[in-house]
Amino acid sequence: MNFRILGTGMCVPQKIITNDDMATIVDTNDEWIRQRVGIAQRHVCTTESAADLAVGAAQSALENAGVRAEELDMILSATVSGDNISPSIACMVQSRIGATCPAYEINAACAAFIFLLETAAGYFARGKAKKILIIGAERLSGITDYSDRGTCVIFGDGAGAAVLGEGDGYRDCVLHVTGGDDVLHIPRSVGASPFYQNEGFPPYIRMKGQETFRYAVSSITSDVNELLTRNNLTKDDIAFVVPHQANIRIIEFASRKLGIPMDKFVVNIDRYGNTSSASIPIALDELARSGRLKQGDNIILTAFGAGLASAACLIKW
Amino acid sequence: MVQEKIIEMLAEKLECETSEIAPDTTFAELGIDSLDVAELVMNLEDEFGVSLEMDASLNTVAAVTAKIEELKAEV
Repeated sequence: MNFRILGTGMCVPQKIITNDDMATIVDTNDEWIRQRVGIAQRHVCTTESAADLAVGAAQSALENAGVRAEELDMILSATVSGDNISPSIACMVQSRIGATCPAYEINAACAAFIFLLETAAGYFARGKAKKILIIGAERLSGITDYSDRGTCVIFGDGAGAAVLGEGDGYRDCVLHVTGGDDVLHIPRSVGASPFYQNEGFPPYIRMKGQETFRYAVSSITSDVNELLTRNNLTKDDIAFVVPHQANIRIIEFASRKLGIPMDKFVVNIDRYGNTSSASIPIALDELARSGRLKQGDNIILTAFGAGLASAACLIKW
Repeated sequence: MVQEKIIEMLAEKLECETSEIAPDTTFAELGIDSLDVAELVMNLEDEFGVSLEMDASLNTVAAVTAKIEELKAEV
């Protein structure tokens, strides 16, 4: 058995930080951020936790799908900025929404939502689940260096979720990893062990901009082309591409290289910034609720991030 | 030929005449930022079938031209 997406949901914190607000924190300005990254504002947590956002997105997705929490057979979450190392966000969501099923978390950074879909596909294929909730939730403001103007303007907080049920919508998926921490790296505190002798890095997102840009554009282009070729589709068969929202210039360059016009790319980075694992489900939720998606439309989700990991999948809506 | 192609690509990007771009002017002086350079390098890789490492020394048309010609000579 395969699955289809029964419903989607999202949740972002109330507080909006504009580019002018960022200019009071670091040496930057609205024009520079809009032109260089494509972001106008981002939402950041003040009192909300990452789990709060995940619960909000999950409840919205369940309502949208018409599924009760008790019906869920599995909850899978992804994050790089959860509230705890353990328990996972999936576990916190499980009890708060009133589910009783198993729940766990994976880490594939910004590409994680597609890794979640592929993980869920295994449970459906083995007949182990009829309803699965997947969630990408981030409080990236907690791992952002607000003294580094090159990165701090990019990231935002948020969560997105989808409820999956038996069906035939999920058609194909490609996953790729080129292991290493040189280009993108989120170090953890080395702790307070009296025995450990290596020096650590500050626990904030570290990124080499040019290399990230090149990896992003190359992986979107090759992953999408791989999916099209393998499924005997042309770019004209694709109604929408939902890319990870990292930088508008990555999306624009990938659009040119693929020969798929920008009006087929779902873009909301201007309002949310880069929300890592939450960016694709947030964009997918907005697309699904916009009424622009028709039943039977082919859509491609495509993402890339630390790992380095990239992923793309083909969904028939 | 490599240099002419780079200048042509930059002129298109900057919407200016090719004569306005001198080989020794830095990309920063032309208003080309680091991601523009990455995009230029990727387009040049496709054009000339070479693979370039990103390097801070690739900061002028002349520097990128020399690097690509060096790589082409190795092929």
